Amino acid sequence: MADKLRTIQNLEALQARYIGTGHADTTKYEWTSNILRDSYSSYVGHPPLLSYMAVGMGEPKEKMRTMMLEKMVRGAGNPPETQE
Amino acid sequence: MSDADIEAVRRLQAERNAAAASQQGSKTFDKSSQRTDNSTKASLTESFDTFLYERGGADKFSGYDTSIAVDGDEEMEDADGGHNLVGQYTATRNQIDEMARGTGVEEEDILLGREKSGRIADRETDYQKRRFNRGALTPTRADPFAANAHANVEGESQTYREVMALRELDREEERVKKLIAEKREKGEDVTEHQATLKTVEQDKENAEAGSTVAVATEKKRKNRWGEPAAETGKRSRFDMAPAPEEAAKSAPSRWDLAPSLTAATPVGNQGLATPIHPSQAGAATPAVGLVADVPGQFAGWSDEDLDIMLPGEADGYKVLDPPPGYEPIRTQARRLMATPAPIPSAGGVGGFMMQEPESVQSVGKDLPTDIPGVGELQFFKAEDMAYFGKLMEGGDETSMSVEEMKERKIMRLLLKIKNGTPPMRKTALRQITDNARDFGPGALFNQILPLLMERTLEDQERHLLVKVIDRILYKLDDLVRPYVHKILVVIEPLLIDQDYYARVEGREIISNLAKAAGLATMISTMRPDIDHADEYVRNTTARAFAVVASALGIPALLPFLRAVCRSKKSWQARHTGVKIVQHIPILMGCAILPHLKELVGCVAANLSDEQAKVRTVTALSLASLAEAANPYGIESFDDILSPLWTGARKQRGKGLSAFLKAVGYIIPLMDEEYANYYTSQIMEILIREFASPDEEMKKVVLKVVSQCASTPGVTASYLKEHVLTEFFKGFWMRRMALDRRNYRQVVDTTVDLGQKVGVGEILERVVNNLKDESEPYRKMTVETVEKLIAALGAADVSERLEERLIDGVLFAFQEQSIEDVIILNGFGTVVNALGTRCKAYIPQIVSTILWRLNNKSPTVRQQAADLISRVALVMKQCDEEALMGKLGIVLYEYLGEEYPEVLGSILGALRAIVTVVGITQMQPPIRDLLPRLTPILRNRHEKVQENTIDLVGRIADRGPESVNAREWMRICFELMDMLKAHKKGIRRAANNTFGFIAKAIGPQDVLAALLGNLRVQERQSRVCTAVAIGIVAETCAPFTVLPALMNEYRVPDLNVQNGVLKALSFLFEYIGEMGKDYVYAVTPLLEDALVDRDQVHRQTAASAVKHVALGVIGLGCEDAMVHLLNLLFPNIFETSPHVIDRVIEAIEAIRMAVGTGIVMNYVWAGLFHPARKVRTPYWRLYNDAYVQGADAMIPYYPGMEGDVDRPELSIIV
Repeated sequence: MADKLRTIQNLEALQARYIGTGHADTTKYEWTSNILRDSYSSYVGHPPLLSYMAVGMGEPKEKMRTMMLEKMVRGAGNPPETQE
Repeated sequence: MSDADIEAVRRLQAERNAAAASQQGSKTFDKSSQRTDNSTKASLTESFDTFLYERGGADKFSGYDTSIAVDGDEEMEDADGGHNLVGQYTATRNQIDEMARGTGVEEEDILLGREKSGRIADRETDYQKRRFNRGALTPTRADPFAANAHANVEGESQTYREVMALRELDREEERVKKLIAEKREKGEDVTEHQATLKTVEQDKENAEAGSTVAVATEKKRKNRWGEPAAETGKRSRFDMAPAPEEAAKSAPSRWDLAPSLTAATPVGNQGLATPIHPSQAGAATPAVGLVADVPGQFAGWSDEDLDIMLPGEADGYKVLDPPPGYEPIRTQARRLMATPAPIPSAGGVGGFMMQEPESVQSVGKDLPTDIPGVGELQFFKAEDMAYFGKLMEGGDETSMSVEEMKERKIMRLLLKIKNGTPPMRKTALRQITDNARDFGPGALFNQILPLLMERTLEDQERHLLVKVIDRILYKLDDLVRPYVHKILVVIEPLLIDQDYYARVEGREIISNLAKAAGLATMISTMRPDIDHADEYVRNTTARAFAVVASALGIPALLPFLRAVCRSKKSWQARHTGVKIVQHIPILMGCAILPHLKELVGCVAANLSDEQAKVRTVTALSLASLAEAANPYGIESFDDILSPLWTGARKQRGKGLSAFLKAVGYIIPLMDEEYANYYTSQIMEILIREFASPDEEMKKVVLKVVSQCASTPGVTASYLKEHVLTEFFKGFWMRRMALDRRNYRQVVDTTVDLGQKVGVGEILERVVNNLKDESEPYRKMTVETVEKLIAALGAADVSERLEERLIDGVLFAFQEQSIEDVIILNGFGTVVNALGTRCKAYIPQIVSTILWRLNNKSPTVRQQAADLISRVALVMKQCDEEALMGKLGIVLYEYLGEEYPEVLGSILGALRAIVTVVGITQMQPPIRDLLPRLTPILRNRHEKVQENTIDLVGRIADRGPESVNAREWMRICFELMDMLKAHKKGIRRAANNTFGFIAKAIGPQDVLAALLGNLRVQERQSRVCTAVAIGIVAETCAPFTVLPALMNEYRVPDLNVQNGVLKALSFLFEYIGEMGKDYVYAVTPLLEDALVDRDQVHRQTAASAVKHVALGVIGLGCEDAMVHLLNLLFPNIFETSPHVIDRVIEAIEAIRMAVGTGIVMNYVWAGLFHPARKVRTPYWRLYNDAYVQGADAMIPYYPGMEGDVDRPELSIIV
């Protein structure tokens, strides 16, 4: 009982610090949008990788970067309808 | 010091040794092996007949358990995991440990026990006990801020106006009482207002007694019920009876009891929303003598009792019949507090009580620990019956009203929390917290608060109840407002408790209360207490207010503080206001800095208050403000500097000491110029007060002098010129050394002065005291000298002074009547500071040491040995190696010492000599010394163990060749026992020594011994053996150890196998990257272990895997790691915390070794598994991987076309 409580508290603390972490009730939508955001922020955060992708796409690096930033907004589509 | 002396001392000890040996027959002192066993006790582990059973056979005990477990398994369960069928009964931890850590010669102080008494009331001072005088529990207060004023409080709540009026009344009463007392003191006749009824009665008595005036004016007569009704200032209804003839007729009847008691309670006889428990009523009105003495057990008086106590018909009295229609009140709780409010349960009006207890509550005879509906409790005290008795009555739950049900529910939960076992407590606490709002604040606090006022409350219970309050405060939030005062009355005493944690707890509650109730409520609730007639109430209120300030911020409280500090109405209010300001910096420290100016502004005007008490407390609060602000904020004090300094000239006594204290704290804030000027201004007064006989003043003066002296602005020449002479005249006298606190203060101040004026200046003045006849005075001098020289060195000491110093220290050392570590430290520090300058004195010092070594008293010998270890380094510097050799030989004789404390010191001295002169030069030679140490290793005393193992370890490290391998093996066996020492340092030293020995004589024999030790029962021993194997492997390369170790795994014993795994785990941890060559060798073994049925086995294997994996990161053993991962992975469903933690750690380590991608492939499968039980551990793994390397996971996320489009990764140029 107490252990359970502690686990929940630990998880909450963890989630407050790392948004991308999940738990048994994480939905597919949450998970996939986290994956997308993590991916794009990682690409943007590694300049050599970004340059490589820019060359491959034939776009300027800055444009590539903006594109990726924009994709981070609702990258995995709209949230699923919640049925009450 | 001649050689003859040394020889004499050595010979004397040798003779003593021989005598001891001959006394004990065959058992001891084997000349050939130099082994003595001088203990007078029969050894349990040794055979008596040394002829038949020869000693020294190393594996005499092989195959036996050589030890009985001293301490069981503390950290985790045993490998075999099974439980014993037979219960094991053993002594407590304390009893077991007692012998290992005895204080040696001295016994513990038997008086200490009193301090540890559980009951809080037992260790309270009289002042703290005044909390019981505060009236039981004040009525609830109206909450003017509530949305609908009477939402949750009964109509009878007191309003602010009523409370203030009551306080006014209290004060007036106090004033009148004081006047009367004064008049009486002056011998004036006080005409007292007398109720007509009483006059008649008294006249009758007085006539009999034959005196008239004297009796009437003497102390207020106690009325026959034992409580001085007139003193309370409120009159019983009989006092108010207007018609004299009617009153005259009715002699005082025994039915008066209840109303008069009600009146005895100072506050409001109506509207007491809290039905107070009998014990509380007793506590609240201590005047009711009998009742107060037996809290909780007051059951009423029978007619027989009354007949004994009261004058009867023989004395002209008459016992009346009860009036018609009278019916006694039966409810226990109402008996003493017969409230006029209509009581549904007790239909009567009068207050007579029957002797026969009709409810179980008042039965104190059998105390069950099993309460219906609660379960088995840890304990149940007699006093608890008064509160929880209702639960015992049983009764039909269905017929109860909702309120009653609630009451019972709360009662049950509280009982569980207060007296229950930890798990019960936990659930009950959660329930009461969760349902707090449903229960309502009234029902909760009416039960909790009386419990907290119980006189027999113990620390633990208080802690738990306070915790309950803390939790429900959060939940209740603003519902708590009407109860703020009640809670404060109960919690405020915690603020002046001696126990630090109680104070912290009290602060926490009050600050939570302030946050829940809001500033306005707090102020309006506590305002009436600020000028309360009782000093105790004002004091605690001030502290509580300071807590409120720290909780809600100083700015919020400032306007109120300003107003209170300037109150024209009463000096008490000003006093309390200033006191609040005093406590704020104590609580908040430097956090007051932003508001320093305002706070100082609040109290500034009170520095010239007409009341001396207010001036004093103002100075004190300035002192605490300055102390907290140090070293900033002098500009905030600008305005009060001149009143403070000029004021100091006008004060006397307590006021002056407070002013000086403030001065002392403000001077260090100033810049150099000002500090110098202001110091010179105050110094005159300080020097005058050097001669003050007042202890308090002395302390303050010393503190101020040291504060002034350590300020940069005050120069050495000024101090030398103006202060030093007077200071030494005033404070360096024998009397000062007798009081502990003065002693400390004088030493500290002198050291502070010395920092400024130099060592020489001070030493010149005190060095003669080293030869004083008073021992405490000598001690004080030595301590001062020690601190000064330790801080400033001895370069400033002239040759002549040096001679006097050494002479004095030696004298002080020799003349000790009680061996004191202070003198020893002083000696050591002086000698070390002088260094080579000591050369001339060394023979003298050594001679002193020698003769003291020869002393009969063990503490003298111990101190002498300790001194050797302190001066060894200096002796070497002075080229006295020869002398050290001789000392070594003498010490060698003393290895038979029987007091463990002394033996430890002797070993320490030997170690110091060995360290300084080196192994080769050591006298006696190591090959003689070491065999003597081997039996000492068996000694169980911590100090002895620590020193021997240190000495042996040093020899093993530096000069292992001086002893043969057999002797080292013998030491190895003795060391095994050390592996279960209590002290970590000893265990670590023993482990290291194994490493050194293995290096010296090769690992084979040592390893065999260690592997054998894996079979012993005791867990700690096995763990340490595993560590030792790891160390041996590290020092002698793993290939010497691994084959034997792995071979040992074939023993079909779970304990042994587990030990091997543990050893592997340590081994791979220690060897790190060296392990890559051995990975493939141990994989089959780990494979086997990871599929074992026993979970501890798998756990240990997992921790071995972890260390293996961490060692091979980037070294190309991925195939083996993946193989191990395959075996490890199914274990993620383990639930035991130890096991699962080790398994997760191992998986993480493998992730480091083989890369995130591969491990994540195992994880994806379970993240969205239909079963939650599966999903949960998989997400744990995912989260760990994410936290440690989210970036590394990016390329490896599964492709989910349609859901997640991340085409960028497939771009190829």
